[in-house]
Amino acid sequence: MSTVHTKGTEMTTNSNDAKIGGKTSIKAYREALNDAIREEMRRDPTVIVLGEEVSGGAGCDGQDDAYGGVFGVTKGLMPEVGRERVIDTPISEAAIIGAAAGAANNGLRPIAELMFFDFIGVSFDQIFNQAAKFRYMFGGKSKTPMVIRGTVGAGWRAGAQHSSILHSVVTHIPGLKVVMPSNAYDAKGLMVQAIRDEDPVIFLEHKVMYNNECEVPDEQYAIPFGEAAFPRQGKDVTIVAISNMVTHAIAAADILAKEGITCDVIDPRTVSPLDDEAILESVEVTGRLVVVDEGNPRCGLASDIAGIVAEKGFFSLRAPIRTVTAPHTPVPFAPELEDAYVPNVDKVLAAVRDVLGA
Amino acid sequence: MPYQEDFLLRAYRSMRTIREFEERCIKEFMGGNIPGFVHASNGQEAIAVAACIDLSDSDIIGSTHRGHGHCIAKGCDVGGMMKEVMGRSTGLCKGKGGSMHIADIDKGMLGANAIVGGGPPLVNGAALAAKTLGTKNVALSFNGDGSANQGTTMEAMNMAVVLQLPHIFIYENNGYAEGTAANYGLGCDSLTDRNAGFGMPAEYVDGNDFFATYDAIKVATQRARDGGGPTSIEAKCVRFDGHFIGDPQLYRGEDEVKNARKTEDCLKIFRARVIKEGWLKAATMNAIDKEIVAEIEKAVADGLAAPRPDPSTDLLSDVYSSY
Ligand SMILES: Cc1ncc(C[n+]2csc(CCOP(=O)(O)OP(=O)(O)O)c2C)c(N)n1
Ligand SMILES: [Mg+2]
Repeated sequence: MSTVHTKGTEMTTNSNDAKIGGKTSIKAYREALNDAIREEMRRDPTVIVLGEEVSGGAGCDGQDDAYGGVFGVTKGLMPEVGRERVIDTPISEAAIIGAAAGAANNGLRPIAELMFFDFIGVSFDQIFNQAAKFRYMFGGKSKTPMVIRGTVGAGWRAGAQHSSILHSVVTHIPGLKVVMPSNAYDAKGLMVQAIRDEDPVIFLEHKVMYNNECEVPDEQYAIPFGEAAFPRQGKDVTIVAISNMVTHAIAAADILAKEGITCDVIDPRTVSPLDDEAILESVEVTGRLVVVDEGNPRCGLASDIAGIVAEKGFFSLRAPIRTVTAPHTPVPFAPELEDAYVPNVDKVLAAVRDVLGA
Repeated sequence: MPYQEDFLLRAYRSMRTIREFEERCIKEFMGGNIPGFVHASNGQEAIAVAACIDLSDSDIIGSTHRGHGHCIAKGCDVGGMMKEVMGRSTGLCKGKGGSMHIADIDKGMLGANAIVGGGPPLVNGAALAAKTLGTKNVALSFNGDGSANQGTTMEAMNMAVVLQLPHIFIYENNGYAEGTAANYGLGCDSLTDRNAGFGMPAEYVDGNDFFATYDAIKVATQRARDGGGPTSIEAKCVRFDGHFIGDPQLYRGEDEVKNARKTEDCLKIFRARVIKEGWLKAATMNAIDKEIVAEIEKAVADGLAAPRPDPSTDLLSDVYSSY
């Protein structure tokens, strides 16, 4: 078992990852993603990056590579591999995603960036009607090995059109894989897998996590999709949380542990495919489930997981399932409202106590 | 005198108000009083004012992420705006929108927009309503050199021509889309030529020159009111600050902004012109400057004192259904 640190909390990744040996370094989520992409670009000349400001400074008098993505995730790649492979594009999301999908059908492995994942709206047809459907619709003849990266989530006071999380929208679509790392270690391994994967992968980075650090192996490793991590183990309540919500779930579990309540915290890491087996096995032991998700409540990931457990694990349950989600509203701008919008530790604690009848 | 004194005073006041508002926003943002992403429009004041000064509240504008100037030029209350960018419950959108989403429907300000290219299709709708209802109102969308490349923008342009909508597409070409040069993102040599290709009259003006910009937009607006359909106006201008407040702007040449502030400041150019022509006196404009400093000072003080939204009542209001 290897131990990783997220914002002062300790988390243990699942045994599957324990095989990765060698030297490790403390890396931020942002750097871990950068390392993964850089190494894959070195290894495989068909990997390209395209999007707005992925390098920055195109056509300008000042510095090249001025941004490296507005969150700095792709910084330094262009100077190493050149503008032919790290491509700054016009502001044309439909054309960016379409180009990535078409290039993926024709021998490249594009990593397309949606600067903020909210911009999926402009490009959605190219994702859900095109890229997602090719393999099935063409009878298995077509391959679309592409990654669509984007930053998601609230917490930056970025307002309604730059703060959505939207993972349930893409999880709903057959043909897409959806990845949501909650720490730097997973970010690297999942990005490597995403680039090597033969299907279109939606890779969602939570914007409040870019500076979160943990120990990350220096060597390249791929984390298989559909395998959950277990940052805390316990027997009283199962807490399933994804992306930045894992941070809150762990914090809640640590508080409860001091009261003698132990929580099984499950981070699915990829929401499509979903490791429902891990969740069901845990609920078999605990009989109690809380799902924590930053998405809106209707047709969301929390209700999806609750539905799976209600259907397949009904007889294990000893209490009604509780979901902790954002309310059914757009993301508000004012700090007080945004803070009330995003699920937090207190809400997780209340839900756990509720399912325990405490 | 080709322009009425009252008109010139209004134009100057409006431009100066935008400048002061933006400069104060930068200061207050740096001081931690304004959260989020803020895109200031200082340097580009002349275009906003030239476009909006003759419009009534029933004429519609659709703005961009860089929308403060458009709001002020369209008559939005600066106090309400400052409260909004500060996220206060008495702001123009109750603190729910913020800088990128200021709207004031009563003033015909359809909204700033954080989605590049989000505005022009909506403004087509406003123009369609005006045409269908026979109101003789016009609709203006503000666009950038960057948003020109968004499919939604181009679709809206074509449809505006097809339906002959009273829609004036204003393009503020400030040379940059974030940290990408305008002439990198635009595949053509001239945006104006490209826009003419859609089948609408297309003009190129010096957006630092209030009068040239105003004169061109006036012709376009009259044509639209008379049923002559859409026009494109590309106005060259300079963004005095970062893409967003706090942008280190590494992509810009060293003295670019410093020089532009000297030679391409639309406010200085306006002042020089009206003084040279004998249309306005420096002392009159200096007095306006003082009033505006006080007005924005008050807007900041009122903003800081304004109540913050209350999650227990405000989080779940203004939406169809709260589960
Ligand atoms: C659909 C979409 N894509 C990208 C962005 C990110 N973004 C915001 S402003 C901007 C540049 C816009 O450039 P331009 O239209 O020239 O306006 P300016 O910022 O110069 O006023 C970009 C890329 C966005 N907000 N929405
Ligand atoms: Mg621009």
